Amino acid sequence: MSRDTRRTRLLLALLLATSVSLLLIDQRGGDRSPLAGLRSAAAAMFGPVEQVASAIARPVSSAVDSVSTLGDGRRRAARLAKDNQELRRRLRTSDEARNRAAELDALLRISGAGRYRVVPAQVIAIGPAQSFSWTVTIDAGRSDGVRPDMTVLNGDGLVGRVKTVGPTASTVLLAVDPDSSVGVRLERSMEVGFTTGQGAGHHGDLDLRLLDGQSSVERGDRLVSFGSQGDRPYVPGVPVGEVVGVRGTPGSQTRTAVVRPYVDFTALDLVGVVVEPPRTDPRDSVLAPRPAATPSPGATVTVTPTPSGG
Amino acid sequence: MPPARVGLAAALVLVALALQVTMLARLQLPGATPDLLLVTVVALALAHGPAFGLVTGFCAGLASDLVPPADHAVGRWAFALTVVGYLAGLAKPEIRRSAFVPLIVVSLAAAASVLLYAALGALMGDPHVTWLALSEVLPTAVLYDVVLSPFVVPGVFVLADRAEPDPVLRH
Repeated sequence: MSRDTRRTRLLLALLLATSVSLLLIDQRGGDRSPLAGLRSAAAAMFGPVEQVASAIARPVSSAVDSVSTLGDGRRRAARLAKDNQELRRRLRTSDEARNRAAELDALLRISGAGRYRVVPAQVIAIGPAQSFSWTVTIDAGRSDGVRPDMTVLNGDGLVGRVKTVGPTASTVLLAVDPDSSVGVRLERSMEVGFTTGQGAGHHGDLDLRLLDGQSSVERGDRLVSFGSQGDRPYVPGVPVGEVVGVRGTPGSQTRTAVVRPYVDFTALDLVGVVVEPPRTDPRDSVLAPRPAATPSPGATVTVTPTPSGG
Repeated sequence: MPPARVGLAAALVLVALALQVTMLARLQLPGATPDLLLVTVVALALAHGPAFGLVTGFCAGLASDLVPPADHAVGRWAFALTVVGYLAGLAKPEIRRSAFVPLIVVSLAAAASVLLYAALGALMGDPHVTWLALSEVLPTAVLYDVVLSPFVVPGVFVLADRAEPDPVLRH
């Protein structure tokens, strides 16, 4: 018995040491890690499993809210309840189809407005909150033209960027992740800054830092992505969010504000991966038109298309 | 280790992992995600003891570190679940005592796994691990995992007993 315990403890020490060495080798993860190959092998094997599981799980998880008990056990009541459930399920399915059509429409609209070439994809898996990082798996991979550091968006705006790519599935780092840092520009001004995710416990809001400490930022200001160098990882012009609060430190080196993203990160479904950036910066044209249009007299805006060969 | 036992554990771990990322995470409950994988590891450890528990924990943790959309350093969940699997396995002689033993073990295991995973991240300077995030995840993780366990643990015991008859697992 004591020999058995000793062997178990030896095994424990061995596996813990293995875990720690893996940790030290992999450090912060990412594509430059020596274990990236292992990760993409896992993506190649488990991606299709997630695809199938997600297809099965989708109707189940949407039915969880409406599970009803089957009457008092009498056969007739049970059968009627079952019929009822079946009818409800069908209704829900057609609702679901309508929702997805609407999402696809929105995605088409945004990619048309910004001249982005987009590969549509479905979110098939979501990282558990216990892992503290905000990542999802989508069902498009290398064979669909997806590469690391491509912009991911949906009909509402910026979702994040592609982190690791497998043959048929890829991992997306969401803009709310504290590791995400997105260059942004205030609508109609040249003020630039960057947003970072705040992680759990902040209602999914983003932190905005403006580079110029004197710049004016107000509630309701809208942000679009500024565009990274070479359009990787972020293409320009994607709506990011709206300022909901300004942290009052005027005159300090940088001004900070709280931004509510347009995208609902807790209900991601259909997304698009930008496989080809627009030839010219779409500026603010992708943002939805302001509802309250009060023309200010005297201000004339002339738009001249200036193609910048990219 | 008998092949029936290993085969069953591997199948259960894979199913739990797939359901966790595709279905349970999609529910978007406030705070943590119900950790079906952890409850499965604890149930297997309770059924077969510490040695089997720690190997199962290591393999399940490593899978959880590698399977998309995992983005953290490989080895974090492997470390946490190895410890949890070992400790849960030590409680195997107690499972006949009361039906509450698995519940208590699951709640302790849930807290321990989250804390170990967070502590390893904090040691490596992971910016995701903050007191606020931890305070939101930890209590809900314990709650959800305890709620899951009456549905999972008895089922795993029945399957384990069928694969390899063990009177301790029968009530």
